[in-house]
Amino acid sequence: MWSNSSTRPIVDSFERCTDPVALNQWHPLSAVAELRRGVTYQTLLLGEPLGYGIDDAGEPVVWPAKALHLPAGSPLPATPPAGLPTQVSYGYLWTTLGDPQPLFAIPEADEPDRRVLNAATIGIATSAPRAVENFLDMGHFPFVHAGVLGAEPHTEVVDYRVDVVDGEVWATGCRFPQPKAAPGSSASAMTDYTYRVPHPYCTILYKSCPFDESRRDVIGLFLQPMGEEAVRANMLLCVVDPISTDTEIRRFQLGIFSQDKPILENQVPRRLPLSPIAETPIRADKSAIAYRRWLSEMGLTYGVIPAADGAA
Amino acid sequence: MIKLYDFELSVNCYKARLLMSLLDVAFELVPVDFYPGWEHKTEEFKRINPLGHIPVLDDDGFVLWDAHAILVYLATRYDTSRQWYPVDDPQLLGRTASWMLFAEGTTNTASAARLHVNLGYDFEIESVRAGAHRLFRYLDEHLWFTEREGRCWVCPGDHPTIADIALFPDVALAPEGGIDLLDYPALRRWCDRIKRLPRFVVMGGIFPASPGR
Repeated sequence: MWSNSSTRPIVDSFERCTDPVALNQWHPLSAVAELRRGVTYQTLLLGEPLGYGIDDAGEPVVWPAKALHLPAGSPLPATPPAGLPTQVSYGYLWTTLGDPQPLFAIPEADEPDRRVLNAATIGIATSAPRAVENFLDMGHFPFVHAGVLGAEPHTEVVDYRVDVVDGEVWATGCRFPQPKAAPGSSASAMTDYTYRVPHPYCTILYKSCPFDESRRDVIGLFLQPMGEEAVRANMLLCVVDPISTDTEIRRFQLGIFSQDKPILENQVPRRLPLSPIAETPIRADKSAIAYRRWLSEMGLTYGVIPAADGAA
Repeated sequence: MIKLYDFELSVNCYKARLLMSLLDVAFELVPVDFYPGWEHKTEEFKRINPLGHIPVLDDDGFVLWDAHAILVYLATRYDTSRQWYPVDDPQLLGRTASWMLFAEGTTNTASAARLHVNLGYDFEIESVRAGAHRLFRYLDEHLWFTEREGRCWVCPGDHPTIADIALFPDVALAPEGGIDLLDYPALRRWCDRIKRLPRFVVMGGIFPASPGR
Protein backbone atom coordinates (compact mmCIF):
# COMPACT_ATOMS: atom_id res chain seq x y z
CA MET A 1 0.00 0.00 0.00
CA TRP A 2 1.02 3.57 -0.50
CA SER A 3 2.11 5.59 2.47
CA ASN A 4 2.43 9.29 2.78
CA SER A 5 6.03 10.17 2.10
CA SER A 6 5.77 13.87 1.41
CA THR A 7 9.08 15.49 2.13
CA ARG A 8 7.95 18.96 3.04
CA PRO A 9 4.81 20.84 3.87
CA ILE A 10 2.61 22.39 1.25
CA VAL A 11 3.34 26.08 1.70
CA ASP A 12 1.52 29.08 0.43
CA SER A 13 4.42 31.08 -0.91
CA PHE A 14 7.10 30.08 -3.34
CA GLU A 15 10.25 31.41 -4.88
CA ARG A 16 9.66 33.32 -8.08
CA CYS A 17 10.41 31.56 -11.34
CA THR A 18 13.35 32.63 -13.49
CA ASP A 19 12.93 29.99 -16.21
CA PRO A 20 12.21 31.79 -19.51
CA VAL A 21 10.58 28.68 -20.98
CA ALA A 22 7.96 28.61 -18.20
CA LEU A 23 7.59 32.41 -18.12
CA ASN A 24 6.94 32.62 -21.89
CA GLN A 25 3.79 30.46 -21.78
CA TRP A 26 0.11 31.13 -21.38
CA HIS A 27 -1.08 29.74 -18.04
CA PRO A 28 -4.64 29.10 -16.82
CA LEU A 29 -5.83 30.80 -13.63
CA SER A 30 -9.49 29.85 -13.26
CA ALA A 31 -12.64 28.75 -14.98
CA VAL A 32 -14.49 31.91 -15.98
CA ALA A 33 -17.74 30.28 -14.82
CA GLU A 34 -16.38 30.23 -11.26
CA LEU A 35 -15.70 33.98 -11.11
CA ARG A 36 -18.18 36.54 -9.87
CA ARG A 37 -17.97 39.70 -11.94
CA GLY A 38 -16.33 42.75 -10.44
CA VAL A 39 -14.63 40.81 -7.62
CA THR A 40 -10.89 40.48 -6.94
CA TYR A 41 -9.41 36.97 -6.63
CA GLN A 42 -5.88 36.07 -5.64
CA THR A 43 -3.58 33.32 -6.72
CA LEU A 44 0.04 32.43 -7.41
CA LEU A 45 1.56 31.82 -10.80
CA LEU A 46 5.17 30.62 -10.99
CA GLY A 47 5.65 31.93 -7.46
CA GLU A 48 4.31 35.39 -8.39
CA PRO A 49 1.27 36.56 -6.39
CA LEU A 50 -1.44 37.80 -8.76
CA GLY A 51 -4.77 39.54 -8.47
CA TYR A 52 -7.36 38.70 -11.11
CA GLY A 53 -11.03 38.78 -11.98
CA ILE A 54 -13.66 39.44 -14.61
CA ASP A 55 -14.95 43.01 -14.76
CA ASP A 56 -18.59 44.04 -15.05
CA ALA A 57 -18.30 44.12 -18.84
CA GLY A 58 -17.04 40.51 -18.85
CA GLU A 59 -13.42 41.41 -19.61
CA PRO A 60 -10.62 39.59 -17.76
CA VAL A 61 -8.15 41.58 -15.66
CA VAL A 62 -4.89 40.20 -14.20
CA TRP A 63 -2.12 42.08 -12.43
CA PRO A 64 0.87 41.34 -10.18
CA ALA A 65 0.01 41.83 -6.53
CA LYS A 66 3.35 43.55 -5.94
CA ALA A 67 2.02 46.43 -8.10
CA LEU A 68 -1.33 46.57 -6.28
CA HIS A 69 -2.22 44.36 -3.35
CA LEU A 70 -5.94 43.95 -2.82
CA PRO A 71 -7.52 41.41 -0.46
CA ALA A 72 -9.58 38.70 -2.12
CA GLY A 73 -13.18 39.83 -2.40
CA SER A 74 -12.33 43.52 -2.92
CA PRO A 75 -13.96 45.36 -5.81
CA LEU A 76 -12.01 44.65 -9.00
CA PRO A 77 -9.87 47.63 -10.10
CA ALA A 78 -10.79 48.97 -13.56
CA THR A 79 -7.23 49.46 -14.79
CA PRO A 80 -4.75 47.96 -12.33
CA PRO A 81 -1.10 49.01 -12.63
CA ALA A 82 1.14 46.69 -14.67
CA GLY A 83 -1.85 44.76 -16.05
CA LEU A 84 -0.82 41.47 -17.64
CA PRO A 85 -1.93 40.03 -21.01
CA THR A 86 -5.09 37.91 -20.76
CA GLN A 87 -7.29 35.70 -22.88
CA VAL A 88 -10.36 33.58 -22.29
CA SER A 89 -10.08 30.23 -24.06
CA TYR A 90 -11.98 26.98 -23.51
CA GLY A 91 -13.84 28.55 -20.62
CA TYR A 92 -10.66 29.39 -18.71
CA LEU A 93 -8.92 32.67 -18.00
CA TRP A 94 -5.27 32.57 -19.14
CA THR A 95 -2.41 34.97 -18.52
CA THR A 96 1.34 35.16 -18.96
CA LEU A 97 4.37 36.65 -17.22
CA GLY A 98 6.41 36.65 -20.43
CA ASP A 99 6.13 36.81 -24.18
CA PRO A 100 4.29 33.67 -25.33
CA GLN A 101 3.39 32.10 -28.64
CA PRO A 102 -0.36 31.83 -29.36
CA LEU A 103 -2.16 29.26 -27.20
CA PHE A 104 -2.66 25.82 -28.76
CA ALA A 105 -5.90 25.22 -30.67
CA ILE A 106 -8.64 22.74 -29.76
CA PRO A 107 -10.92 22.93 -32.82
CA GLU A 108 -13.46 20.52 -31.28
CA ALA A 109 -14.35 23.15 -28.67
CA ASP A 110 -16.11 25.13 -31.43
CA GLU A 111 -18.39 22.27 -32.53
CA PRO A 112 -21.92 23.37 -31.68
CA ASP A 113 -23.22 20.07 -30.25
CA ARG A 114 -20.31 19.58 -27.85
CA ARG A 115 -20.76 20.01 -24.11
CA VAL A 116 -17.88 22.28 -23.09
CA LEU A 117 -17.60 22.18 -19.32
CA ASN A 118 -15.13 23.22 -16.67
CA ALA A 119 -15.02 20.01 -14.65
CA ALA A 120 -12.94 21.26 -11.75
CA THR A 121 -9.99 23.27 -10.51
CA ILE A 122 -8.22 21.30 -7.80
CA GLY A 123 -4.97 21.89 -5.94
CA ILE A 124 -2.34 19.15 -6.03
CA ALA A 125 0.94 19.07 -4.16
CA THR A 126 3.15 18.11 -7.07
CA SER A 127 4.85 19.64 -10.09
CA ALA A 128 2.98 20.32 -13.32
CA PRO A 129 5.11 17.84 -15.31
CA ARG A 130 4.36 15.02 -12.82
CA ALA A 131 0.65 15.71 -13.33
CA VAL A 132 1.00 15.72 -17.12
CA GLU A 133 2.93 12.47 -17.03
CA ASN A 134 0.32 10.77 -14.83
CA PHE A 135 -2.35 11.85 -17.32
CA LEU A 136 -0.39 10.18 -20.14
CA ASP A 137 -0.01 6.90 -18.29
CA MET A 138 -2.34 4.00 -19.08
CA GLY A 139 -0.51 1.47 -16.92
CA HIS A 140 -2.18 2.66 -13.72
CA PHE A 141 -5.78 2.36 -14.98
CA PRO A 142 -6.62 -1.12 -13.62
CA PHE A 143 -5.06 -0.38 -10.23
CA VAL A 144 -5.88 3.24 -9.42
CA HIS A 145 -9.16 3.42 -11.37
CA ALA A 146 -10.25 -0.17 -10.80
CA GLY A 147 -13.69 -0.92 -12.19
CA VAL A 148 -13.83 2.35 -14.14
CA LEU A 149 -10.89 2.95 -16.49
CA GLY A 150 -9.50 -0.57 -16.15
CA ALA A 151 -9.79 -3.85 -14.30
CA GLU A 152 -7.46 -6.63 -13.32
CA PRO A 153 -6.32 -8.96 -14.87
CA HIS A 154 -6.39 -6.83 -18.05
CA THR A 155 -3.31 -4.84 -17.17
CA GLU A 156 -1.26 -4.96 -20.38
CA VAL A 157 -0.57 -1.68 -22.14
CA VAL A 158 -0.35 -2.72 -25.78
CA ASP A 159 2.25 -0.96 -27.88
CA TYR A 160 1.36 2.45 -29.29
CA ARG A 161 3.03 5.09 -31.37
CA VAL A 162 4.68 8.30 -30.16
CA ASP A 163 5.72 11.17 -32.43
CA VAL A 164 6.66 14.80 -32.10
CA VAL A 165 4.49 16.60 -34.66
CA ASP A 166 4.71 20.36 -35.21
CA GLY A 167 6.42 20.79 -31.85
CA GLU A 168 3.81 18.73 -29.91
CA VAL A 169 4.08 15.24 -28.43
CA TRP A 170 1.40 12.87 -29.81
CA ALA A 171 0.73 9.31 -28.65
CA THR A 172 -1.56 7.47 -31.05
CA GLY A 173 -3.01 4.00 -31.41
CA CYS A 174 -3.49 3.61 -27.67
CA ARG A 175 -6.13 1.07 -26.68
CA PHE A 176 -7.34 -0.05 -23.28
CA PRO A 177 -10.28 -2.24 -22.19
CA GLN A 178 -12.41 -0.12 -19.88
CA PRO A 179 -15.35 -1.16 -17.66
CA LYS A 180 -16.79 2.37 -17.68
CA ALA A 181 -14.97 4.72 -20.05
CA ALA A 182 -17.39 7.65 -19.66
CA PRO A 183 -20.42 8.62 -17.55
CA GLY A 184 -22.66 7.58 -20.46
CA SER A 185 -21.05 4.15 -20.92
CA SER A 186 -23.50 1.29 -20.65
CA ALA A 187 -20.99 -1.55 -20.98
CA SER A 188 -17.32 -2.40 -20.86
CA ALA A 189 -15.56 -1.41 -24.07
CA MET A 190 -12.18 -1.38 -25.79
CA THR A 191 -11.46 2.32 -25.69
CA ASP A 192 -9.21 4.14 -28.17
CA TYR A 193 -7.05 6.94 -26.87
CA THR A 194 -4.93 9.63 -28.47
CA TYR A 195 -2.82 11.83 -26.22
CA ARG A 196 -1.45 15.21 -27.15
CA VAL A 197 0.99 17.46 -25.26
CA PRO A 198 1.01 20.90 -26.91
CA HIS A 199 2.35 22.85 -23.90
CA PRO A 200 4.82 21.83 -21.17
CA TYR A 201 2.05 22.04 -18.53
CA CYS A 202 -1.06 21.18 -20.59
CA THR A 203 -2.22 17.95 -22.12
CA ILE A 204 -5.26 16.81 -24.07
CA LEU A 205 -6.83 13.41 -24.43
CA TYR A 206 -9.06 12.23 -27.28
CA LYS A 207 -10.98 9.07 -26.45
CA SER A 208 -13.75 6.96 -27.98
CA CYS A 209 -17.14 8.55 -27.54
CA PRO A 210 -19.80 6.08 -26.34
CA PHE A 211 -22.53 8.05 -28.15
CA ASP A 212 -20.94 8.51 -31.59
CA GLU A 213 -18.42 6.07 -33.04
CA SER A 214 -17.20 8.62 -35.57
CA ARG A 215 -16.15 11.18 -32.97
CA ARG A 216 -13.98 11.47 -29.93
CA ASP A 217 -14.51 13.05 -26.55
CA VAL A 218 -11.89 15.63 -25.66
CA ILE A 219 -10.56 16.04 -22.12
CA GLY A 220 -8.02 18.72 -21.36
CA LEU A 221 -5.80 18.99 -18.29
CA PHE A 222 -4.36 22.48 -17.88
CA LEU A 223 -1.97 22.88 -14.94
CA GLN A 224 -1.51 26.24 -13.29
CA PRO A 225 1.98 26.10 -11.75
CA MET A 226 1.56 28.00 -8.48
CA GLY A 227 5.04 26.89 -7.49
CA GLU A 228 7.47 24.24 -8.65
CA GLU A 229 5.79 21.62 -6.47
CA ALA A 230 2.24 22.96 -6.15
CA VAL A 231 -0.25 23.23 -8.95
CA ARG A 232 -3.91 23.77 -9.56
CA ALA A 233 -5.27 21.30 -12.08
CA ASN A 234 -7.95 22.70 -14.37
CA MET A 235 -9.97 20.12 -16.23
CA LEU A 236 -11.80 20.83 -19.47
CA LEU A 237 -14.47 18.50 -20.78
CA CYS A 238 -15.53 18.82 -24.37
CA VAL A 239 -17.76 15.82 -24.97
CA VAL A 240 -20.57 14.51 -27.11
CA ASP A 241 -23.13 13.29 -24.60
CA PRO A 242 -26.79 14.12 -25.18
CA ILE A 243 -27.97 12.30 -22.04
CA SER A 244 -25.86 12.86 -18.90
CA THR A 245 -26.40 15.96 -16.80
CA ASP A 246 -23.53 18.38 -16.17
CA THR A 247 -23.52 17.11 -12.58
CA GLU A 248 -23.11 13.50 -13.71
CA ILE A 249 -20.34 14.34 -16.17
CA ARG A 250 -18.42 16.35 -13.58
CA ARG A 251 -18.96 13.76 -10.86
CA PHE A 252 -17.46 11.06 -13.06
CA GLN A 253 -14.33 13.10 -13.80
CA LEU A 254 -13.94 14.31 -10.22
CA GLY A 255 -14.15 10.74 -9.01
CA ILE A 256 -11.33 9.70 -11.33
CA PHE A 257 -9.32 12.75 -10.48
CA SER A 258 -9.59 12.19 -6.75
CA GLN A 259 -8.16 8.69 -7.22
CA ASP A 260 -5.12 10.10 -9.02
CA LYS A 261 -4.45 12.83 -6.50
CA PRO A 262 -2.95 10.83 -3.60
CA ILE A 263 -0.88 8.77 -6.03
CA LEU A 264 0.55 11.92 -7.55
CA GLU A 265 1.20 13.52 -4.18
CA ASN A 266 3.19 10.49 -3.09
CA GLN A 267 5.55 10.51 -6.06
CA VAL A 268 8.96 11.77 -4.99
CA PRO A 269 10.80 13.76 -6.04
CA ARG A 270 7.86 15.99 -6.81
CA ARG A 271 9.73 17.66 -9.64
CA LEU A 272 10.01 15.48 -12.72
CA PRO A 273 13.54 14.14 -13.29
CA LEU A 274 14.58 14.56 -16.92
CA SER A 275 17.71 12.44 -16.86
CA PRO A 276 16.94 9.23 -18.77
CA ILE A 277 18.57 7.19 -16.01
CA ALA A 278 16.85 8.88 -13.06
CA GLU A 279 13.81 6.58 -13.11
CA THR A 280 13.45 3.25 -14.85
CA PRO A 281 10.83 3.28 -17.60
CA ILE A 282 9.07 0.29 -19.10
CA ARG A 283 7.71 -0.07 -22.63
CA ALA A 284 4.32 1.31 -21.59
CA ASP A 285 6.06 4.57 -20.65
CA LYS A 286 6.98 5.48 -24.24
CA SER A 287 4.89 8.64 -24.13
CA ALA A 288 6.46 9.69 -20.82
CA ILE A 289 9.95 9.12 -22.22
CA ALA A 290 9.11 11.29 -25.24
CA TYR A 291 7.56 13.94 -22.99
CA ARG A 292 10.66 14.10 -20.77
CA ARG A 293 12.97 14.30 -23.79
CA TRP A 294 10.77 17.03 -25.31
CA LEU A 295 10.94 19.04 -22.08
CA SER A 296 14.73 18.63 -22.02
CA GLU A 297 15.05 19.81 -25.59
CA MET A 298 12.98 22.93 -24.94
CA GLY A 299 15.25 23.67 -21.97
CA LEU A 300 12.51 23.74 -19.30
CA THR A 301 13.90 23.94 -15.77
CA TYR A 302 10.81 24.89 -13.67
CA GLY A 303 9.03 21.91 -12.11
CA VAL A 304 11.68 19.47 -13.33
CA ILE A 305 15.10 18.19 -12.29
CA PRO A 306 17.14 18.85 -15.43
CA ALA A 307 19.56 16.17 -16.62
CA ALA A 308 23.03 16.89 -15.23
CA ASP A 309 24.62 17.66 -18.60
CA GLY A 310 21.58 19.58 -19.78
CA ALA A 311 21.09 17.07 -22.62
CA ALA A 312 18.27 14.61 -23.13
CA MET B 1 -35.60 3.66 -0.50
CA ILE B 2 -33.21 6.01 1.31
CA LYS B 3 -31.97 8.91 -0.81
CA LEU B 4 -28.70 10.66 -0.04
CA TYR B 5 -27.99 14.07 -1.55
CA ASP B 6 -24.33 13.57 -2.14
CA PHE B 7 -21.06 14.90 -3.50
CA GLU B 8 -18.39 12.29 -4.18
CA LEU B 9 -15.46 14.22 -2.73
CA SER B 10 -17.19 15.39 0.45
CA VAL B 11 -15.94 13.74 3.66
CA ASN B 12 -19.29 14.38 5.32
CA CYS B 13 -21.23 12.67 2.52
CA TYR B 14 -18.77 9.80 2.62
CA LYS B 15 -19.44 9.25 6.34
CA ALA B 16 -23.09 8.55 5.51
CA ARG B 17 -22.25 6.36 2.49
CA LEU B 18 -19.73 4.38 4.52
CA LEU B 19 -22.06 3.67 7.42
CA MET B 20 -24.92 2.64 5.12
CA SER B 21 -22.56 0.27 3.35
CA LEU B 22 -21.27 -1.19 6.64
CA LEU B 23 -24.87 -1.65 7.83
CA ASP B 24 -25.79 -3.16 4.46
CA VAL B 25 -28.59 -0.64 4.00
CA ALA B 26 -29.76 -0.01 0.44
CA PHE B 27 -29.74 3.61 -0.70
CA GLU B 28 -29.68 5.69 -3.83
CA LEU B 29 -27.50 8.71 -4.43
CA VAL B 30 -28.75 12.04 -5.68
CA PRO B 31 -25.60 13.73 -7.05
CA VAL B 32 -25.29 17.39 -6.10
CA ASP B 33 -22.91 19.59 -8.09
CA PHE B 34 -21.30 20.96 -4.93
CA TYR B 35 -18.19 21.94 -6.85
CA PRO B 36 -17.77 23.68 -9.24
CA GLY B 37 -21.52 24.21 -9.67
CA TRP B 38 -22.30 25.35 -6.04
CA GLU B 39 -25.68 23.66 -6.48
CA HIS B 40 -26.14 23.40 -2.68
CA LYS B 41 -26.35 27.20 -2.57
CA THR B 42 -29.16 27.42 -5.14
CA GLU B 43 -32.71 28.34 -4.13
CA GLU B 44 -33.86 25.00 -5.49
CA PHE B 45 -31.55 23.05 -3.20
CA LYS B 46 -32.40 25.27 -0.23
CA ARG B 47 -35.94 23.96 -0.50
CA ILE B 48 -34.41 20.60 0.49
CA ASN B 49 -32.00 21.99 3.11
CA PRO B 50 -32.54 25.69 3.94
CA LEU B 51 -29.01 25.82 5.38
CA GLY B 52 -27.59 24.93 1.96
CA HIS B 53 -25.22 22.12 2.85
CA ILE B 54 -24.79 18.43 2.21
CA PRO B 55 -25.26 15.60 2.95
CA VAL B 56 -29.03 15.45 3.27
CA LEU B 57 -30.74 12.14 3.95
CA ASP B 58 -34.31 11.47 2.85
CA ASP B 59 -35.65 8.24 4.37
CA ASP B 60 -39.11 7.80 2.97
CA GLY B 61 -39.98 11.45 3.53
CA PHE B 62 -38.05 11.90 6.77
CA VAL B 63 -35.44 14.53 5.86
CA LEU B 64 -32.31 15.01 7.96
CA TRP B 65 -29.09 16.97 7.44
CA ASP B 66 -25.70 17.17 9.19
CA ALA B 67 -23.46 14.16 8.73
CA HIS B 68 -23.14 13.29 12.40
CA ALA B 69 -26.89 13.53 12.96
CA ILE B 70 -27.38 11.26 9.97
CA LEU B 71 -24.97 8.73 11.51
CA VAL B 72 -26.93 8.77 14.78
CA TYR B 73 -30.20 8.25 12.93
CA LEU B 74 -28.98 5.50 10.62
CA ALA B 75 -27.29 3.52 13.39
CA THR B 76 -30.27 3.79 15.72
CA ARG B 77 -32.77 2.93 13.02
CA TYR B 78 -30.93 0.23 11.04
CA ASP B 79 -28.29 -1.39 13.28
CA THR B 80 -30.20 -4.25 14.87
CA SER B 81 -27.12 -5.20 16.93
CA ARG B 82 -27.31 -1.77 18.66
CA GLN B 83 -23.52 -1.58 18.72
CA TRP B 84 -22.71 1.21 16.26
CA TYR B 85 -24.64 3.65 18.44
CA PRO B 86 -24.66 1.89 21.82
CA VAL B 87 -27.94 3.21 23.25
CA ASP B 88 -28.15 0.42 25.84
CA ASP B 89 -24.89 1.34 27.55
CA PRO B 90 -25.06 4.86 29.02
CA GLN B 91 -21.32 5.20 29.60
CA LEU B 92 -20.36 3.92 26.20
CA LEU B 93 -23.01 6.13 24.63
CA GLY B 94 -21.56 9.12 26.49
CA ARG B 95 -18.07 8.31 25.19
CA THR B 96 -19.47 7.99 21.68
CA ALA B 97 -21.12 11.40 21.93
CA SER B 98 -17.88 12.88 23.25
CA TRP B 99 -15.82 11.53 20.37
CA MET B 100 -18.47 12.67 17.89
CA LEU B 101 -17.92 16.20 19.17
CA PHE B 102 -14.17 15.67 18.88
CA ALA B 103 -14.81 14.74 15.25
CA GLU B 104 -16.44 18.14 14.70
CA GLY B 105 -13.02 19.49 15.59
CA THR B 106 -11.15 17.30 13.12
CA THR B 107 -13.65 18.23 10.42
CA ASN B 108 -13.16 21.92 11.15
CA THR B 109 -9.36 21.65 11.06
CA ALA B 110 -8.03 18.70 9.03
CA SER B 111 -10.86 18.67 6.51
CA ALA B 112 -10.84 22.47 6.34
CA ALA B 113 -7.16 22.33 5.35
CA ARG B 114 -8.09 19.86 2.62
CA LEU B 115 -10.77 22.23 1.31
CA HIS B 116 -8.22 25.05 1.30
CA VAL B 117 -5.65 23.09 -0.68
CA ASN B 118 -8.06 21.33 -3.02
CA LEU B 119 -10.69 23.93 -3.70
CA GLY B 120 -9.14 27.19 -2.52
CA TYR B 121 -11.44 27.74 0.47
CA ASP B 122 -10.42 30.78 2.48
CA PHE B 123 -9.07 29.38 5.75
CA GLU B 124 -6.09 30.53 7.80
CA ILE B 125 -4.18 27.50 6.62
CA GLU B 126 -1.34 27.33 9.15
CA SER B 127 -3.82 27.74 11.98
CA VAL B 128 -6.15 24.93 10.84
CA ARG B 129 -3.16 22.65 10.23
CA ALA B 130 -1.83 23.36 13.72
CA GLY B 131 -5.28 22.66 15.14
CA ALA B 132 -5.45 19.33 13.29
CA HIS B 133 -2.02 18.31 14.61
CA ARG B 134 -3.08 19.09 18.20
CA LEU B 135 -6.17 16.86 17.83
CA PHE B 136 -4.29 14.11 15.97
CA ARG B 137 -1.57 14.02 18.63
CA TYR B 138 -4.21 13.46 21.30
CA LEU B 139 -6.13 10.88 19.24
CA ASP B 140 -2.93 9.03 18.35
CA GLU B 141 -1.97 8.73 22.01
CA HIS B 142 -5.47 7.64 22.90
CA LEU B 143 -5.42 4.92 20.24
CA TRP B 144 -1.95 3.80 21.28
CA PHE B 145 -3.18 3.16 24.84
CA THR B 146 -6.33 1.59 23.39
CA GLU B 147 -4.17 -0.89 21.50
CA ARG B 148 -2.13 -1.63 24.65
CA GLU B 149 -5.39 -2.63 26.31
CA GLY B 150 -6.13 -4.99 23.45
CA ARG B 151 -8.90 -2.91 21.94
CA CYS B 152 -9.26 -1.54 18.41
CA TRP B 153 -11.69 1.35 18.37
CA VAL B 154 -12.01 4.91 19.58
CA CYS B 155 -14.64 4.11 22.21
CA PRO B 156 -14.10 1.42 24.85
CA GLY B 157 -15.88 -1.64 23.56
CA ASP B 158 -15.31 -4.54 21.22
CA HIS B 159 -17.22 -3.04 18.33
CA PRO B 160 -16.60 0.14 16.32
CA THR B 161 -19.06 3.00 16.81
CA ILE B 162 -20.23 5.86 14.66
CA ALA B 163 -17.49 7.93 16.33
CA ASP B 164 -14.96 5.88 14.35
CA ILE B 165 -16.90 6.63 11.16
CA ALA B 166 -17.15 10.33 12.00
CA LEU B 167 -13.38 10.59 12.52
CA PHE B 168 -12.08 8.27 9.83
CA PRO B 169 -12.19 10.36 6.62
CA ASP B 170 -10.92 13.50 8.36
CA VAL B 171 -7.86 11.50 9.33
CA ALA B 172 -7.47 9.39 6.20
CA LEU B 173 -7.62 12.39 3.86
CA ALA B 174 -5.57 14.75 6.05
CA PRO B 175 -2.46 14.39 3.83
CA GLU B 176 -4.44 16.09 1.04
CA GLY B 177 -4.53 19.15 3.30
CA GLY B 178 -0.78 19.02 3.87
CA ILE B 179 -1.11 17.25 7.24
CA ASP B 180 1.30 14.37 7.25
CA LEU B 181 0.32 11.21 9.17
CA LEU B 182 3.89 9.93 9.44
CA ASP B 183 4.12 10.92 13.09
CA TYR B 184 0.87 9.19 14.05
CA PRO B 185 1.46 5.43 13.74
CA ALA B 186 -1.49 4.45 15.94
CA LEU B 187 -3.78 6.60 13.81
CA ARG B 188 -2.56 4.87 10.66
CA ARG B 189 -3.07 1.40 12.16
CA TRP B 190 -6.60 2.39 13.23
CA CYS B 191 -7.31 3.58 9.65
CA ASP B 192 -6.26 0.18 8.36
CA ARG B 193 -8.53 -1.58 10.87
CA ILE B 194 -11.48 0.45 9.62
CA LYS B 195 -10.56 -0.35 6.04
CA ARG B 196 -10.71 -4.07 6.88
CA LEU B 197 -14.27 -3.97 8.19
CA PRO B 198 -16.65 -6.11 6.10
CA ARG B 199 -18.42 -4.04 3.39
CA PHE B 200 -16.00 -1.13 3.77
CA VAL B 201 -16.17 1.19 0.75
CA VAL B 202 -13.64 3.72 -0.48
CA MET B 203 -14.03 7.26 -1.72
CA GLY B 204 -11.76 9.20 -4.04
CA GLY B 205 -8.46 9.61 -2.24
CA ILE B 206 -8.96 6.65 0.13
CA PHE B 207 -7.61 3.32 -0.99
CA PRO B 208 -8.46 -0.10 0.38
CA ALA B 209 -6.06 -1.83 2.76
CA SER B 210 -4.53 -5.19 2.02
CA PRO B 211 -6.29 -7.99 3.92
CA GLY B 212 -3.71 -8.02 6.71
CA ARG B 213 -3.05 -10.92 9.04
